[in-house]
Amino acid sequence: MPKNVSRLLIANGERLLKDALKDMGRHLEQPTRRAFLQRSLSLGGLSLLSGCSIVDEESVEAALMKVSRFNDKAQAWLFDPNRLAPTYPDSMITRPFPFNAYYDEDEIREVDEQAYRLEVTGLVADKHPWTLAELRALPQADRITRHICVEGWSAIGKWGGVPFGSFLRRIGADLSAKYVGFKCVDDYYTSIDMPTALHPQTLLTLTYDGQPLPPRYGFPMKLRMPTKLGYKNPKYIQAIFVTNTYPGGYWEDQGYNWFGGS
Amino acid sequence: MDNDTALIHPRWVRITHWINALAVITLATSGWRIYDASPFFPFAIPAQFTLGGWLGGAIQWHFAAMWVLAGNGLIYLASNLVSGRLRRKFFPWSPRAFIADIVAALKGKLSHTDPSHYNMVQRAAYLFVMVDSVLLVLSGLVLWKSVQFPLLRTLLGGYEAARREHFLAMAALVAFVGVHLLMVALVPRTLLAMIRGR
Repeated sequence: MPKNVSRLLIANGERLLKDALKDMGRHLEQPTRRAFLQRSLSLGGLSLLSGCSIVDEESVEAALMKVSRFNDKAQAWLFDPNRLAPTYPDSMITRPFPFNAYYDEDEIREVDEQAYRLEVTGLVADKHPWTLAELRALPQADRITRHICVEGWSAIGKWGGVPFGSFLRRIGADLSAKYVGFKCVDDYYTSIDMPTALHPQTLLTLTYDGQPLPPRYGFPMKLRMPTKLGYKNPKYIQAIFVTNTYPGGYWEDQGYNWFGGS
Repeated sequence: MDNDTALIHPRWVRITHWINALAVITLATSGWRIYDASPFFPFAIPAQFTLGGWLGGAIQWHFAAMWVLAGNGLIYLASNLVSGRLRRKFFPWSPRAFIADIVAALKGKLSHTDPSHYNMVQRAAYLFVMVDSVLLVLSGLVLWKSVQFPLLRTLLGGYEAARREHFLAMAALVAFVGVHLLMVALVPRTLLAMIRGR
């Protein structure tokens, strides 16, 4: 192969790889799972074993994922559907409430309110798409709760909207189904367990601090669960589906714990 | 066994000790990576000392090793209590004797003639590390499940307070490990005793 052609191919390949990594999660400092395991094996006494074929990256990774699935079950068992997260007075709201997504603030998606319809699919009786006006006409509730990020930081905010359990009952969802999944305008996706979906503090929120949800906090709607970590709370929701097939999630598929409970 | 008195550490102490050591190394190094995702002190832990590579990996290690630490720790504490070893080895404890032993240690005159007998400084250090580990587990529970353990959360002063307590308890444990390793280096036969029991 002529030298300049192969160079071109390599350059092209690198660009493709770069784009792919960017799509995977620009928010990550070290997006490759390989780096994670190379480093992990070089520490904690495991380096003694890395020379042997007993411990290889795939088996360590698989074992850790298995423990993470076990932790899902442990958390589902610990989860008390009647236990409420603490609520706070207005004076304790964190101002400004931080913006957080897998991309930077200048890439926030703007959703056209007139054209917007919330799609509802899967194991539900009533699959008609919802306008924002219809959702706003439903009984609303608001709560001031602590948002806990998987990174460790927390912030207190005030979200208002439709209690999600009452919404699921209204659309005739199969409440014995295992999962409720979410697809978002910004290509984010996640899924939650049915007991958390029915928790009294789980809200399909349309407002933040008494105002319509601004684009930076997920207009037109965000599912707010004070019983789960931030990445489990989807913003810019486009579609909701009820299913018994594990839907995963944007971060969950990369290694964050699926239950993500608090 | 022909000579019972020569046995310094029974087998269960040695096994739980080394399992605990592995769990602590894994939890500390992965915990540093988790801390680095959102530091609350004006410093971060250099990445080369951390485990997991990225936040998701560090959390996987941390939430796997936590079961080992907690399970192993419960076995250790229960065996210690039931066998009477806790009372025999770590008590009685007197502040006056503690100060006398500290002074002797600083003068380099603290005796090591009988490795099966802990002096007051050792008793204090080992009792401290037991209590500190319990605090690490409890504050960790509040971080992991702050909504599900409301009483514990309130006792520790809330989620954000628990983050700091978890970090400070870790720092105290790491400080203990530092001194512990230094002492082992000074009296290497204690390492042999923790491996072969005598």
